[in-house]
Amino acid sequence: MKAAPFDYVVPDTIEEAVQHLADAAGDVSILAGGQTLMPLLALRMATPSLIVDINRIAALSGVSRAEGAVRIGATTRQAQILADPTVAAHAPGLTKATALVGHHQTRNRGTIGGSISLAEPAAEYPATALTLGAVIEARSARGVRRIAADDFFLGPYTTALEPEELVTAVHFPEWPAGTRLIVEEVARRPGDFALVGFVCALVVEGGRISRAGVGWFGMGPTPMRSRKAEQALTGQSATGLDLAGIAALAVSETDPMEDGHASAAYRRKVAGRIFQRTVGQALAEQRAA
Amino acid sequence: MSQHSIEVTVNGEAVRAEVEARRTLGDFLRIDAGRTGLHLGCEHGVCGACTVMVDGLAVRSCLMLAVQANGRDVVTVEGLAHADGTLHPAQQAMKDEYGLQCGFCTPGIVMTLAALTADGARPTEAALRDALSGHLCRCTGYQGILRAARRLAQGTAA
Repeated sequence: MKAAPFDYVVPDTIEEAVQHLADAAGDVSILAGGQTLMPLLALRMATPSLIVDINRIAALSGVSRAEGAVRIGATTRQAQILADPTVAAHAPGLTKATALVGHHQTRNRGTIGGSISLAEPAAEYPATALTLGAVIEARSARGVRRIAADDFFLGPYTTALEPEELVTAVHFPEWPAGTRLIVEEVARRPGDFALVGFVCALVVEGGRISRAGVGWFGMGPTPMRSRKAEQALTGQSATGLDLAGIAALAVSETDPMEDGHASAAYRRKVAGRIFQRTVGQALAEQRAA
Repeated sequence: MSQHSIEVTVNGEAVRAEVEARRTLGDFLRIDAGRTGLHLGCEHGVCGACTVMVDGLAVRSCLMLAVQANGRDVVTVEGLAHADGTLHPAQQAMKDEYGLQCGFCTPGIVMTLAALTADGARPTEAALRDALSGHLCRCTGYQGILRAARRLAQGTAA
């Protein structure tokens, strides 16, 4: 339970940080909040030669609005995101997701950039980014790159990032005011990774669903998006929807794993129920509003 | 393997040490600063026993490097009671409500409760339950801890 030895640097600027990444040629870990990296080090599942601590880089932290999106700096703590009024007003799906991330004590350190870069398939942030159409901003010594969440998550703990790239921010596009947002999960204990997690955004105009986002966590090797279900929902009347049919379609677009915690069949069944219950409830609230 | 000279304020006192980069804050506090009131349980972020306050926030000291605490203000359970032995309200509430048995998880829980109720804050029941979910206790069944937390949040603890 003690980490293997490593060297440690704590740069003050993004430029210095990405230069360290370029020089280290892959044998390096970036330390953001450390709420996953520190356990991996303690268990010696990660044994990097160098750790680049990005916590002193002021430019990496903070929330702002630009170009129709809420920009969350990579080292913004989850606790800050949870309490941030700009996020609550303009990216409320992110506030909902953050309430389910880890524990109070880990949210005081954990960051959004760390969670997105880790790409844990059962984590809240990657699926929320994918479903809401977020864009990941990354820097390397060669410059800035913007990667759509759709192209970012390639496999378990595997992203489109190059070894020398650093996530600098995540941009969440602002959905219309009044968008119904759902982030719901089933976990054995509070704070655990989800057995099944569901993210959904529904825009209802004049009694019809005009736009939908449907995504999942814990339901495949990456966060998953159910595009056919999004299409099936779009244009439908918000009343008298075939919820069971669309739920089955949405679940058919996932690829849940079988492990010691739950069977794939159990995950599919729970996913279908969560979809029907929460989407039904969201549309009922919409009608009542 | 890099070595680092650090200075951390621990319970109001400056503690200087030369540490390996891999030294966790929890090990630094126990080994270098001698604050063994802090308990290390799982050492990988699951149990919550090692919770301390860093710049006023409850964090797991096994999930932070000692070098990251350089220049910061850290409070361990030893820093809560007054010099004359008067307990901190979080400690008194845990005692009064039988919120502990073996005591291993207690230093961490007390630090979370102290951080949540600092400066007269009155956390909601939901916030208390959410924060306490970050601690494992194998003795009490949590009922006494929850009573202590409620009492503290209502401002009725001694």
